Amino acid sequence: MTETTVASPGTPGGSPGSPGKTRSGPPVVRLARFRDLALVPAILVLMVVGALLEPAFLSGDNLTNVLQQQTELSLLVLAEAMILIAGKFDLSLESTVGLAPALGVGLVIPAAANGLGTDWPAALGIPICLLIGVIIGAFNGLLILRFKLSAFIVTLGMLIVLRGLQIGFTGGQNLFALPESFLYLGNARWLGLPASIWICGVAYIAGIITLGYFRHGRSIYAIGGNVDAARAAGVRTDRVVWAVFMIGGLLAALSGLLMTGRLGSVSAAQGDGMIFTVFAAAVIGGVSLDGGKGTLFGALCGVLVLGLINNILTLAGVSAQWIQAIYGGIILIALMLARVTSGKAQD
Amino acid sequence: MPESTTPAVEARSVTKRFGPTTALDDAGIVIGEGETHALVGRNGAGKSTLVSILTGLQRPDEGEVLFAGTPAPAIADRDGWRRQVACVYQKSTIIPTLTVAENLFLNRQAAHGPINWRSLRARARDLLDQYGVDVDAGRLAGDLDVEQRQLLEIARALSFGARFIILDEPTARLDGPAIQRLFDRMRALRSQGVTMMFISHHLEEVYEVCQSVTVFRDARHILTSAVGELPHDELVAAMTGEAAAGYQARPRTADAKAKVVLSAEKLSLAGRYQDVDLTVRAGEIVGLAGSGSSGKIGLAETLVGLQAADSGQVTINGDRPRPGDVTSALRAGLGFVPEDRHKEGFIPLLSIAENATLPIAHKLGRLGAVSPALRRARAERMIEDLAIKTTGPSQPVGDLSGGNAQKVVMARALADDPTALVVINPTSGVDVRAKQALLGAVEDAAERGAGAVLVSDELDDLRICDRVVVMFHGRVVKEVPRGWADAELVAVMEGVDAR
Repeated sequence: MTETTVASPGTPGGSPGSPGKTRSGPPVVRLARFRDLALVPAILVLMVVGALLEPAFLSGDNLTNVLQQQTELSLLVLAEAMILIAGKFDLSLESTVGLAPALGVGLVIPAAANGLGTDWPAALGIPICLLIGVIIGAFNGLLILRFKLSAFIVTLGMLIVLRGLQIGFTGGQNLFALPESFLYLGNARWLGLPASIWICGVAYIAGIITLGYFRHGRSIYAIGGNVDAARAAGVRTDRVVWAVFMIGGLLAALSGLLMTGRLGSVSAAQGDGMIFTVFAAAVIGGVSLDGGKGTLFGALCGVLVLGLINNILTLAGVSAQWIQAIYGGIILIALMLARVTSGKAQD
Repeated sequence: MPESTTPAVEARSVTKRFGPTTALDDAGIVIGEGETHALVGRNGAGKSTLVSILTGLQRPDEGEVLFAGTPAPAIADRDGWRRQVACVYQKSTIIPTLTVAENLFLNRQAAHGPINWRSLRARARDLLDQYGVDVDAGRLAGDLDVEQRQLLEIARALSFGARFIILDEPTARLDGPAIQRLFDRMRALRSQGVTMMFISHHLEEVYEVCQSVTVFRDARHILTSAVGELPHDELVAAMTGEAAAGYQARPRTADAKAKVVLSAEKLSLAGRYQDVDLTVRAGEIVGLAGSGSSGKIGLAETLVGLQAADSGQVTINGDRPRPGDVTSALRAGLGFVPEDRHKEGFIPLLSIAENATLPIAHKLGRLGAVSPALRRARAERMIEDLAIKTTGPSQPVGDLSGGNAQKVVMARALADDPTALVVINPTSGVDVRAKQALLGAVEDAAERGAGAVLVSDELDDLRICDRVVVMFHGRVVKEVPRGWADAELVAVMEGVDAR
């Protein structure tokens, strides 16, 4: 051996062949940028598949339809993605989707329509609905941050409690005869597109900008990545996580509001079972369950992928009895693919 | 002390209790302006508590902290503290999922309004250039190696304008050349007037970079002295409370015809090591030396089955365990101490008894049941053998100090009376006395007829070996018998003399 490599001071990491860390600088950066767009090809492929299966697929009406069907889910995914990035968990979102509008509606509609009989002014309905979402998020935060309970178990408990509350005070009945204001958001069209798509788009843009370009948004990543380091850097970690839970609850309530408007009533099972799809979309979209990793844009792509798959299965005439099993199977395969392509599964 | 001016940092009669334990008992430290001051002491002496008090993470129960003669800021005033003192903690405070640039300016990415990522990266590059850190600001911090992350932490710490930094065991995870580069950097900072407090278990490092030293023992301040006026053995005596010499290797001659218990033939793993042959006989201790990139850890991990080689064959006791399968290696009669005890060494929430008997659980009962009485008896014997300082076999390992936790890991390795033993960096982050117990345990095992491989970054540890195999860039370049000189070994390890 002729080389006498005693790395000189000032060139850290200059020692050749440091084991396992042979990836060079610039390509990694570029890859990291592309990771955000990883699902875009999948979305394009699904569009092509859809178009081949059924020419009506690419029609504006169908695509608008796909988007609108996904708005409620995508708001939940937005909420869950933020909570996951902060390194926490919220399973109770799906029950908030039912309870928040149910309370908002129940307090303002007459007892004859299964209301609570309070007959508050109809204008209070929507504010109450959204406030309930915030309160639920705040309560989750209280249990998790102040009482230091595991987010998983707290929100699992809340999932059951909130659903039970809704069934309890509605007697398991559908709420109908909704005030006009409740129906509006789920049905209105602004500039030729359903209002819910606009709302959802604005929420995502606001989220992407906040999480990408503002100190408070970035602190969510810092907390999820290493909470001690975030605290040492002066981030008020508890306050930020608490706020994230409250925003999460608010978004879930908004999602419930849109769903209520679209369906015209609040059923006792509204939102039931959505949380699995929410997690699947977030994880397929590259959000890590370990916290600190993922983007809202990625999560949105995850929602679109699932929405397109769902639509294609329906268009392809898969029988209603089988659609659930196939849909679930595709989600599992997509999760495996996401894991393998993220490169973390190997090594 | 030569300084007549006010000291840069002073902690006066600080007491801190955590429940029933007193972590600091009326202890203090005085650090002069511009000096590099070592803080040494055994595990549990109160060093970490002093660090968290000096950095404002914890409030002392009694006593006060002064910076340049003025009282320290209020505990809530994080920014105030950060302008006074910066700390590179033992535990990394780098967030692996964020870029280098963002880590540097965490929570101050922009003064107000949206973050301009381009200018943030430019600011990060300026900062890195200023401290001579050669790292791409756009990379993910998780992709950096340990040394680069540490430099990042130092640059970030200084960027708040503090003129006093605490370096808490910065050398624990670095290899030889990286340590030297760190020391060069420390000397450069000192020449710029930065005051430093340096914590290390390696006393030779204290003599190399520090001007004065403070010793803590059992939560109390023992002495403060100029480094030059304190001989090595007095320093050790102050730390341990008794005059203790360095570890004396026992005289022992390996039987050159003894049975081969562990061997490697033409082992290769891309990027780590190539074409390595190794033979270990019963009753023999073979040392593996080399720098961090030499591949010695990778080789040892292959021997125990934590990694699978691309080609070649490992033989344990005549058996050929499945490559990359720890279970079959253990079954063949191997015991091992992994490199990172926190990661692979123990399960912190489980008791000492459970941790130490994990590999032999099947022998402590029938039909998969584990007899608690047998386990307890076995664990008590281990605790005695290795002098583990604990309240009893049921104490969770996570509550033990580093040295004692490492002894549990050693106990686990020795639980099944292995015929082949692989020990990786057993003495990293442990104090003088624990070090002796751990090395003694390896020698005991060899005397009982086991063949051992000892991988260590510390030359002193390798003194117990019958021969030392030196690796450089993935190849075995030299083998030296017992009685080598430090300089000879270091030269080969650094590739200066690779004949």
